[in-house]
Amino acid sequence: MTPATDGAQPPADATTPSAPKRRGATKAQGAAKGTGSPARGAGLSKESKDRSRGGGAAPAGQASGRVRARVRPQPAGVPRLDVDDMLDSEQIIVCCGSGGVGKTTTAAALALRAAERGRAVVVLTIDPARRLAQSMGLTELDNTPREVIGVDRSAGGRLDAMMLDMKRTFDEIVLAHSTPDRASQLLANPFYQSMSSSFAGTQEYMAMEKLGQLDAAGNWDLIVVDTPPTRSALDFLDAPTRLGTFLDGRLLRVLLAPAKAGGRAYAKVIGVGFGMFSKVLTKVIGAQLLTDVSQFVAAFETMFGGFRQRADKTYRLLGAPGTSFVVVAAPEVAALREASYFVDRLETDGMPLAGLVVNRMHHSDGRSLTAERSLAAAENLTEHGEHPVAAAVLRVHADRLRLAEREARLRERFTSAHPDTPLVEVEALAEDVHDLVGLREIGDALAGDERLARAG
Amino acid sequence: MRTVGVGRDVIRNVRAAGAAEANSGPCAGTVVAVTASERDRKGDQPAGPWRRRLHVVTGKGGTGKTTVASALALALATGGQRVLLAEVEGRQQIAQVFDTPPLPYRERKVASAPGGGEVYALAVDAEEALLEYLEMFYNLRSAGKVLGKMGAIDFATTIAPGVRDVLLTGKIKEAVNRPDGTRPSGLAYDAVVLDAPPTGRITRFLNVAHEVAGLAKMGPIRSQADGVLAVLHSGQTAVHLVTLLEEMPVQETVDAVAELRAADLPVGGVVVNMVRPPLLGAKELRAARAGTLDAEELAAGVKEAGLEPTAELIAELAREAAQHAERVALETAQRVEVAALARPLYELPLAADGMDMGMLYRFAEMLRAQRMVG
Repeated sequence: MTPATDGAQPPADATTPSAPKRRGATKAQGAAKGTGSPARGAGLSKESKDRSRGGGAAPAGQASGRVRARVRPQPAGVPRLDVDDMLDSEQIIVCCGSGGVGKTTTAAALALRAAERGRAVVVLTIDPARRLAQSMGLTELDNTPREVIGVDRSAGGRLDAMMLDMKRTFDEIVLAHSTPDRASQLLANPFYQSMSSSFAGTQEYMAMEKLGQLDAAGNWDLIVVDTPPTRSALDFLDAPTRLGTFLDGRLLRVLLAPAKAGGRAYAKVIGVGFGMFSKVLTKVIGAQLLTDVSQFVAAFETMFGGFRQRADKTYRLLGAPGTSFVVVAAPEVAALREASYFVDRLETDGMPLAGLVVNRMHHSDGRSLTAERSLAAAENLTEHGEHPVAAAVLRVHADRLRLAEREARLRERFTSAHPDTPLVEVEALAEDVHDLVGLREIGDALAGDERLARAG
Repeated sequence: MRTVGVGRDVIRNVRAAGAAEANSGPCAGTVVAVTASERDRKGDQPAGPWRRRLHVVTGKGGTGKTTVASALALALATGGQRVLLAEVEGRQQIAQVFDTPPLPYRERKVASAPGGGEVYALAVDAEEALLEYLEMFYNLRSAGKVLGKMGAIDFATTIAPGVRDVLLTGKIKEAVNRPDGTRPSGLAYDAVVLDAPPTGRITRFLNVAHEVAGLAKMGPIRSQADGVLAVLHSGQTAVHLVTLLEEMPVQETVDAVAELRAADLPVGGVVVNMVRPPLLGAKELRAARAGTLDAEELAAGVKEAGLEPTAELIAELAREAAQHAERVALETAQRVEVAALARPLYELPLAADGMDMGMLYRFAEMLRAQRMVG
């Protein structure tokens, strides 16, 4: 660990508290863009046709067999999530939901669509897997936003993407907010090294930190955040509070005490029960580790204030006008339960919920032929040994209807508990999305933009 | 009903595949610095049931790892064994699978298995585990409560690096090794199944003991970590991976296997979950995918079956057949990736009408029939 003293430059810029307050300014900018929208809309329509014909950057042979995402009919009585309105007006969009529901793909598709509608967008993924990299066709994503190649910039927007490197983010904060001596001491501390790279909660803290940095940098009209696949999917909301509790706690002062004044200081801080306390703490974490921790805390002390302030600020940012939360789910019991919980929690916290995206819904336009009739017909054909292909296709149809019905039932369960939550359903694709063409299709499906579907 | 029939077909296929694999020799596709003989020593057995005391089940989110872990626990309990099924993420997923109220931090019987077997369940909580640990080793439970008031428990379980995971894995280790003189085996549990964190975090989670052992040179955390490492590396453990035949889950499975091997952790079998069998023959699949399915023949069949073959219906049926064929093709490609891992494969079908206890018992039977355990 050899911290370069000159490495403090980039994050220092991004986190300067005196960075111009840009929220108001961006609003105005957004409104100005809005006035130009008719012309842009016309342009987009033409482009979309070109895009779908040419297949864009899709590898040859793939576009032909590809089954496109169709715009799904909106379920009756459920308000539709107005995706384009959100993409055109918000400054921060946070995608959350349990793992494996297409959260990263949704975040990337939203970001791409906003960029191609003319906004300067950055998408931040926190997932350590290479998912976003894959779905954006990128091979390298580091802690710096990099422009995504192949984005249609004709409307004046652009798209940058980045993946959170939590250790590097942490190191950058240390370097930016302490003296070189203190920084090198801290970076070399074994407790710090372990905490900054492996402790589960660090990811959430650093995600919040990075979001705050991106916002303060003021380089983008819109920041789209993909949240970590945490235990509860909500840990990132609690990160600032938890950090605060820790920092304000008596424990911290206790841990600081030995480094400052030797072990006796414990007694002053907590008054009674010093002997037992120190005994237990030593037993729990071990004497040597305790020493590392108190050295870490001492070295970190000067930074804690700023740390907490920024975490609080980011938390406020999440609840401020200009931010929208999008809850992502798949039509499965566990994922929808988590989504339900999420919606309730956002409400409790006063966080602005835009709505729910239900990915991977199956759908059939042939619902006039019910699963039961279709299956009976297939049995009938099979019994007489006739038209085996038709029989098989009828079974495929019955299978699909049953799946679609089950998914619709699950989705209805959510809707009846949250009748006012706007939602949009996205049809299941046979193939995973891993290029911009696929992301555009998802974006069209999210926004209910049928132009592509018709052209295809 | 049909779903179950599907399951049996799948089982036959798997057996055939397993036999083929056993002949194909040690895995060739991995570029990890672990030799085949080392893997054999650790017990990456090529075929036959897994005779382990600790089964760690991981998988990408959404692959149904809790369902598979639950079915595996039932399968292990079948024939009179006592099995503990534990979760560590505080999500109460097991209670949902077994349709019981949320689990307290206490082992509770949640199901019986055929032949007098029993499945107990436990939601491990780091804070409770710490208090228990203090009591067990230092008779310090009341002191632990004082610490709790001061935020030290919160500190030790959520702030201190890795301590939380060491406490969680430490509790699992304790359950694996817990003696019980009244039972024939002399142990409280014949096997422990851990519904573990997802693939993205599994290596870090299991390996945290290693990390903490490096951080804490001595002291109780160190001894706890060493105990966990001993169980993980003793040949008593297998880490099974659950996947779907989709790109992202398969990619994460491949990554996780490489990471686990690099960390010298014992990789077990791969469970392919939610398998849907092809409903069309190979020729029809090709035609459906290429969009050249004979519409007239389809219409004639539909008519023959007594249905009205409108143009819209035929077009929709052809479209659905094409999507089905597309999915089958992608699944076939993913199956090749999974097979390249050279791990024993097990398959479970999609429960089209959702999971319930009946399906869970069937899944347990299927895992036994495929000789994952037994």
